[in-house]
Amino acid sequence: MKVRATQAIMECLLEQGVDTVFGYPGGTILNVYDELYNYKDKIHHVLTAHEQGASHAADGYARSTGKVGVCFATSGPGATNLTTGIATAYMDSSPVVFITCNVTEDVLGKDAFQEVDITGIAMPITKATYLVRDPQSIPDVMRQAFAVAATGRPGPVLIDFLKNVTAPSVEIEYEFIPWTENRSCSSIQALADSHQLKNPEPNGEDIDILVDMIAQSERPLLICGGGVVRGRAHKQFREFAEKLDAPVAITVMGGGGFPGGHPLTTGMIGMHGSRASNLACSECDLLIAVGCRFSDRVALNPGSFASQAKIVHIDIDRSEIDKNVLTDHHIIGDAKAVLDLLNPKLPQYSHPEWKEHILPLREPSIPRQSESLTPKQVLETIHRLAPEDSIVATDVGQHQMWSIQHFHFDYPGQLLTSGGFGTMGFGLGAAIGAKMGNPDKVVIHTTGDGCFRMNCHELATVEHYHLPIITVIFNNGTLGMVRQWQNLIYHQRYSETTLDRGPDFVKLAEAYGLKGFRVTNMAEMEEAMKAALEAGCGCVLDCRLDMDEMVRPMVPGGAHITNFLLK
Amino acid sequence: MKKEFDTQKKLYTLAILVQDIPGVLSQVARLFSRKGYNIESIVSGETDKPGTTRITIVILGDELMVNQIAAQCRKLIPVQAVKILEEAESIQREFALIKVKTADRNARDEVIQISNLFRANIIDVGRDTLTVAIFGDKDKTGALIALLEDFGILEIAKTGTLAIERGRSTIYDDNKLKEEYNYGKNVL
Repeated sequence: MKVRATQAIMECLLEQGVDTVFGYPGGTILNVYDELYNYKDKIHHVLTAHEQGASHAADGYARSTGKVGVCFATSGPGATNLTTGIATAYMDSSPVVFITCNVTEDVLGKDAFQEVDITGIAMPITKATYLVRDPQSIPDVMRQAFAVAATGRPGPVLIDFLKNVTAPSVEIEYEFIPWTENRSCSSIQALADSHQLKNPEPNGEDIDILVDMIAQSERPLLICGGGVVRGRAHKQFREFAEKLDAPVAITVMGGGGFPGGHPLTTGMIGMHGSRASNLACSECDLLIAVGCRFSDRVALNPGSFASQAKIVHIDIDRSEIDKNVLTDHHIIGDAKAVLDLLNPKLPQYSHPEWKEHILPLREPSIPRQSESLTPKQVLETIHRLAPEDSIVATDVGQHQMWSIQHFHFDYPGQLLTSGGFGTMGFGLGAAIGAKMGNPDKVVIHTTGDGCFRMNCHELATVEHYHLPIITVIFNNGTLGMVRQWQNLIYHQRYSETTLDRGPDFVKLAEAYGLKGFRVTNMAEMEEAMKAALEAGCGCVLDCRLDMDEMVRPMVPGGAHITNFLLK
Repeated sequence: MKKEFDTQKKLYTLAILVQDIPGVLSQVARLFSRKGYNIESIVSGETDKPGTTRITIVILGDELMVNQIAAQCRKLIPVQAVKILEEAESIQREFALIKVKTADRNARDEVIQISNLFRANIIDVGRDTLTVAIFGDKDKTGALIALLEDFGILEIAKTGTLAIERGRSTIYDDNKLKEEYNYGKNVL
């Protein structure tokens, strides 16, 4: 069947079951947006205030729903504005297809208006990039892009269409093939021949070796990483942990992979990990990490990491094995597939002494006594009043660590945080995406005053689409995490971290047509949170905190994991 | 048991089979640079299979590092196979064109003699220059270049190292590392 090229783009989105896209139009992508006008009943486009917001929203949508996110932007600055969002998705293995358009073929490479080599720029931060110059290749490229983004270790993919490819006069041969069947398409078949397009099947011998290692272990420790979340393997992981009767440490990206309130959890591991997690890591005799890449924020010092233990690494990505930490055994495969094979082979273990030694240490450190509102009070109030299954999107810094330490995440996609790339300004966009994908859930966005200022213009999007997102600003008038480092490591030389400036966030919220609340004490917090949950519109809680609050515990970068600088 | 890796830094040769599409060479080369590995030499050329290019890269590194970059490389979509070629089990050659100053007849004779000893060819003769073409392993070309330096080298054009396995085995074989089982194939 002959269809317009742009029609093929839309149909290919429908093939994949896409019903929501995020984006921002512009000169070169006009043809695509013109076609979108015909498809507005089938594809809901969310117009953000800035392309970066759109990129984070598509990412948040993907993380919270498990589907592939889609984001549109125009050429040049539109495309480069996406890059932070692309890199964020790449570092946290979030499947997003970014679609940009470029200038026409006749001026390509001639520094035309709003021209940039976005496929070149995005190469190191995507799984694949495609520059589409031939309209007939559109269906192949679109199908391949979605297959690559969602398969194996998920990640972002970028497609750049030349404007002439999308011209209304261009027609191509196209046939609708649902995604379940489009694996048989020529380009995908070719890809499947050279790469595993199915998730790799775990090896039985490897699993038997692990079963033996587990039988010999007296002090096992599990690490729940982002792979458990991306692989939606939370049920299998829980069964695994309960069979092993072993403590479970959770990485930042692993939040939601194992119930935060479970009696076996030791909380976060790494730089701001709990004493229980970090001590268990250095004392265990068998460490099984599932879907975790031992980043420098977890392993800290790779040489001394879990030095008494045999380390077993379960990961879908072969190139993660022995990358950061040398391992004794590894199993390549999707977390769910590996654990499905492993669990039936395991008897019920019991490690009461080891648990008794480790688990009592998970209690959080006693907070600094303070007359002003404390982060703990803010978080406790949210935790108490908001529904238990609320989705939490964070930005980056102290509030992020506090949120992860304090809240309990029980299912994949409940915590949306930029763990790998540490993108300030990620939270509000991600919250918008999450709310679009999960209209029934309460979405809470925790942020700092520094982070919020970076992307607060997305409040316009929150207002326009009537998204009742609750933004809680941990406003301490400083870049708290950087200040904490300056305090502890840089001899209190607070270079350019004090944010003694506007705007008044309550007035800002009101200017965007939302509700703003100033919170300076416990009573106000209680009242504001109750009001926000009932408001039915976006709300901003400006919580005033002391600027010298710190995230505890803390192990400095590169140090041994139990070498606490702060307890 | 943790696997023992050879920590000695030495030259490793990687043969990489890629789909011949625009930008593939830069994609492979950029992967090496962004992972912090210096490419000693890189050669790219067509193969017996249409649409497939073979890139040969030599890097200085240790075993762990080379395994890591090979695994990273296998994840690139246009990459079809990556093989780390052992020095003992492969043949490595490079090709060089050397333009030498030959001030007088004696110098010219001497350069021709040396070239003959190395089984190099004289491919161009000028009034006071000779251009020598040599094909051989790195040591051989290096030795000739060192000798010709006495006469004054005006210009050198040289390829990087090309490599192929000895005997029957080829890059098209099932080149999975043993411990990788069926995921020796490139995993996305």
